[in-house]
Amino acid sequence: MELMTPLLAILCPAIAAALILPSRNHPNIRELWTIAASVAMFLLVLSMAPLIVKGETIEFTLFQSMFKGIYIGFKVDAFGEIFAITASSLWILVSIYSIGYMRTLKEHAQTRYYFAFCFAILGAVGVALSANLVTMFIFFEIITISTYPLVIHEQTPDALRAGHKYLAYLMPAGAFLLFGIMITYYLAGTTDFTPGGIKALATASPMIITVLFFAFLLGFMKAAWMPFHSWLPTAMIAPSPVSALLHAVAVVKAGVFGIVRIVGYVLGMDLMQELGLWLILAGIASFTMIVASFFAISQDNLKRRLAYSTISQLSYIILGAALLNKESIQGAMLLIPFHGYMKITLFLCAGAILVATGKTKISEMAGIGRRMPVTMLAFSVAAIGMAGLPPVAGFISKLYLCLGAWAVGSPYGMIFLAVILISSLLDIVYFFPIIITAFFKKPAEGIGASGEVKIKEAPLLVVVPLTITAIFSLVFFVYPNMFYISDLAKMAISQLFGGV
Amino acid sequence: MDLVEQFPVIIIGLSMFLAYTMLLTGYLNRRLPFFMSLAMNSFFLILSLFILNHVLTVGPIRYWQGGWRPPWGIEYVIDAMNAYLLVIVISMVILGLIYSRGNVRHEIEERKHVIFYTLVQLMAAGLYGITVTGDLFNMFIWLEIASLTAYALIAVAGGRALRPAYNYVIMGSIGACLYIFGVCWIYSVTGTLNFADMRLLLPLVYDNRAVQMAFAMIVVGVMIKAYIFPLHLWQPDVYTYAPSTISSMMASVHVKVMFYILIRMFYSVFTLEFIKHFIGLDLLICWVAAIAILAGSIWAIKQRNLKRMLAYSSVSQMGYILLGVGLSPLSPWGLVGAVAHILNHAIGKGCLFMCAGAISQQEGLKDIRDFGGLGKKMPYVCAAFTIAALSMIGIPLTAGFASKLFLINASLDAAQYPFVAVLLLSGLLNLVYFWRVIDQMYFVKHKETENGVEVKEKGKSLPISMVVPILILAALCIVMGIVWLTDIPMPLINHILSNLRMGVTL
Repeated sequence: MELMTPLLAILCPAIAAALILPSRNHPNIRELWTIAASVAMFLLVLSMAPLIVKGETIEFTLFQSMFKGIYIGFKVDAFGEIFAITASSLWILVSIYSIGYMRTLKEHAQTRYYFAFCFAILGAVGVALSANLVTMFIFFEIITISTYPLVIHEQTPDALRAGHKYLAYLMPAGAFLLFGIMITYYLAGTTDFTPGGIKALATASPMIITVLFFAFLLGFMKAAWMPFHSWLPTAMIAPSPVSALLHAVAVVKAGVFGIVRIVGYVLGMDLMQELGLWLILAGIASFTMIVASFFAISQDNLKRRLAYSTISQLSYIILGAALLNKESIQGAMLLIPFHGYMKITLFLCAGAILVATGKTKISEMAGIGRRMPVTMLAFSVAAIGMAGLPPVAGFISKLYLCLGAWAVGSPYGMIFLAVILISSLLDIVYFFPIIITAFFKKPAEGIGASGEVKIKEAPLLVVVPLTITAIFSLVFFVYPNMFYISDLAKMAISQLFGGV
Repeated sequence: MDLVEQFPVIIIGLSMFLAYTMLLTGYLNRRLPFFMSLAMNSFFLILSLFILNHVLTVGPIRYWQGGWRPPWGIEYVIDAMNAYLLVIVISMVILGLIYSRGNVRHEIEERKHVIFYTLVQLMAAGLYGITVTGDLFNMFIWLEIASLTAYALIAVAGGRALRPAYNYVIMGSIGACLYIFGVCWIYSVTGTLNFADMRLLLPLVYDNRAVQMAFAMIVVGVMIKAYIFPLHLWQPDVYTYAPSTISSMMASVHVKVMFYILIRMFYSVFTLEFIKHFIGLDLLICWVAAIAILAGSIWAIKQRNLKRMLAYSSVSQMGYILLGVGLSPLSPWGLVGAVAHILNHAIGKGCLFMCAGAISQQEGLKDIRDFGGLGKKMPYVCAAFTIAALSMIGIPLTAGFASKLFLINASLDAAQYPFVAVLLLSGLLNLVYFWRVIDQMYFVKHKETENGVEVKEKGKSLPISMVVPILILAALCIVMGIVWLTDIPMPLINHILSNLRMGVTL
C-alpha cells in the first residue's frame, strides 16, 4: 500500500530540529518543539500499525537511484513497525525526562543537545522504516554522526576521548556495512528486504556469502557484540537521557535490528542454516551474553553496569535471530520493545539518582531506596524483568527464546538453552545486590543521617517518565498486545516463515 | 546554424577581450574590473546553460573557427562532457569572484587589484578555452594561458608565495613541455591535430612506438599539472601560500580541467582498445590513484596548517577522480564516479578553502590547534566547513557519498576488489583529519568560553560577500548529495557515456 505516513514520521524530528535552532534563546519553546515532534511522530508511526497487523506493507518510494534495482524509500513491515513504535514511543518519555534532567543539572549547550537528539531519533526510526539496505545505511550513518555531539556532551578531555573511541568503532563499522551492501547489490542486483532472504544470493558461492555475513556482522557493530563492544560502556559518559534512549534503545537496537534484518530478510534462514552461519552467530551471542554478565558484576559505576547488562541483553536478541526458528525469532522481536522499556527504566533511574544525590557508584547508594522509593521501586521492577522473571515483560520474550532453543534440539539447542538460563541467573547476580543495597543497607553518607531518611525524589519531570516506563514493563506482561506489539511480532513471523 | 552554436566562441572571445578591457578600465576606476568580470561571467553562465541544454536535447555542437574546415582549421566541439564541465567551471569562477571581493582586500595590496582581476579573468578564459576546444594544439595554448596566469596569481601576494610559485613554474613548465612533445609526436605520425580526425587516423598506428610514447608523455604531463602523487610536490606549498581565492579556484576548477584533458585524451583522441590492449595502462593508473588516495590522506593527517591539510586532502581526492578514470575502461561506473567527483570535489573543496580563507581573515588563525571555540565566533563558516568536511568524508546525503558509492560500484563491477578497500579506508582517514578540525571548532573547551565570557570584537566580522558563496557551496554539497542519489543525472550521464563512445549506457 502506498502511503506517505513513513515520510511524514521521519520529517517530524527533522522539522523539530530546524525549529529548535532559531528558538535557542527560549528554552520553553525549544522543548515544546521536541515534545510536539515526538508525539506527532509516535502517532504517525502508531497509525500504521492497524494496517500492518492486517498483513499490509506500507510502501513509499522517495526516488529511484541511478543504480538499477536500488531506490531510496520506505517499506514498513511488521518487524520494522515494532522497532519504530519502540523508539518513537520512548522518545516522548525521554524528551520529558530530558527537560527535568538537563534543567536540574543546569547542563550547558542544551540547544545542541536537543538538536542532535532529533537527528539521532530520526536515524533510528529511519532504520526501522527503510525499504532496503541502502536507505538503511543512510540512516545508520545519520545515527553515528548525530550521536557524537551527545556522547561528548560534557566536552571534557575524557568525554572527547570517549567520543573518539565511539567514532573509531562505529565509522569503520559503517565502512564494513557499506562494503556488505555493495557486495549484496553486486551479487543480487537488489538490496530490498525480502522476508525469507533475497533469492539471488542463494546461488552465490558459499565463500562470498560467508565474507558477506562477516562484513554485515562487523557493519552492525552497533549491536555491541563482543569483542567489539567496548565503545558502549565508554559512551556512558554521555548525559543519562542519552544513555537511556540512545545506548539502550535507538543506537544499539538499530544494530541488532540490522542483524535480524540480515538473518531474516537478506541472507535468509535457509542460507544461514545451510552454511552453518547460524552457529557462528549463536556462538558469538552466547559468548557475549555470558562474558558481558561477568563484566557487569565487576562494575561499580551504575551506568557502566547497565551498559554491560545491555551488551548481554542485546545478544539475547542476536541469539534469538541466530536460532532461526519461529519461537526464537519471535522472542528476539519481542525482546526489542520489552528490553527497550525495561532498560530505559533502569537508565532513567540511574539518571534520577544522579540528579537527586549526585551519586554514580553503586557502593555509595546504600539506603537510597528509602530516600527515593518510587525511583528504586521502578528500578526493581525493571531489574526483575531483566532477569526474565514474571510478572514483568522480560519473562515473555525469554520464554519464547527458551522455547526456540528447545526447538533447535540437542545438542546445540540444549547448550544455548543452558546459556540463556545461566545468563539470566547472572542477571540476578548483578541486579539484586543493587536492590538489596538500596533498600536494606544502612544509609550511606550523603543519603541521609543515620536511620532518619527523608523521602526526597528527583524533580517530577524526571520521576514521572521512569514510573511510566516501569508501569509499561508490567503492562506488557499482562497485555503484550499493547501498541499491537504482540500481533506485529506474530505477523512478522508469519511473513518470515509463511503461514500463521 | 543555430544561435546556440555560436555561444562557445562568444564565451571564449569575450573572455579574452574582457580581460584586456578590464586592464584598461582599471586605470580609470579600480573597482570597475570586478563588476565587469562578475557581470560578464554571469552572462557566460547563462550561455553555458543554454549550451548544456542544447547538447542534451539536440546533440554535440561543432563550431569551425573562422569557417575553416576541421583538419585545417580549429574546431570547437561541445558534447555533454564539456558542456557539463563548462557550467561547473563558470559557476565556480563566479562564486570565487564574489568571495574574492572581501578576501582580496585583506590579502593583496590595493594597487594590485586591477591586475589581479585581469589575471583571474584570463585564467578563466584559459580554462573555458581548454574546455571547449577540439584541437590538441589549441588546447595547449589555452592550457598555457591558464597555467601562466595561475603562476602569476599565486605569486601576486608576494612574500612567502614567491618560492612555491617558482616551484610551480618549473614543474608546470615540465608538464607543458611533455604535453607539447607528445602532441608534436602524434602530429608527426598522423599529420593532424583535430581530436575527431585523430581518432579516425590513430587506430592504424596504435602499435607505433612514437604514438605510444606520445600518449605516455601527454598523460604524465597532464598528471603533473593535476598533482597526482608522487608528482604533487609543488602543490601543497602553492595551495598554502596562494591567496585563498586562488587556492579555492585552483582546487575547485583548475585541476578539474586537467582531468578533463585526461578524459578527452582517453576517449576522444585515443580509444578504449588502445588503453586496454596496446599499453595496458588502465590498471597501472588505478594503482597510482590508490597510492595517491592513501598517501594524500596520510600526509594530510600530519598537517597542522589548515590550508596545507586541505592541499594534501586534494592530492588524495584527485586520486578518487583518477581512480574513476582508470576504472572506466573496465566499467562505465568508473567514469560516472570521476564525472560526479569532478563536481563534488569542486564544490566541497572550494567551500573548504573559502572557509580556511575566511577563518584566517577574521580571526587570523591558520593552525588547527588554535581553532578552539571557533564554532561560536563564526557559526556560519564553521557550519559550512562541517558540511563540506562531511562531504569529503563521504557521509550519506552529502555529495561525497555519491562519488564513493559510484567508485565502489565501479571497482566491484570491474572486479578490482582491492580498490573497494582503498576507498573505504580513505573515507576513514578523511574522517581522522577532518574530525580534528570539527572537534576543535565545536567541542574542545576553549579558554575564553570556559568562564562563560564570550569575547566578541566588533567590526571584525566577515563581509557578506564572503559568507554567501561559502553557504551556497555548503548547501550545494547537500543538494548534490541528494541529486546524485536520484536518477535525475541519468540523462546527462548517458549522454556523456555515449558522446565519449564508451559503447555502454547505464
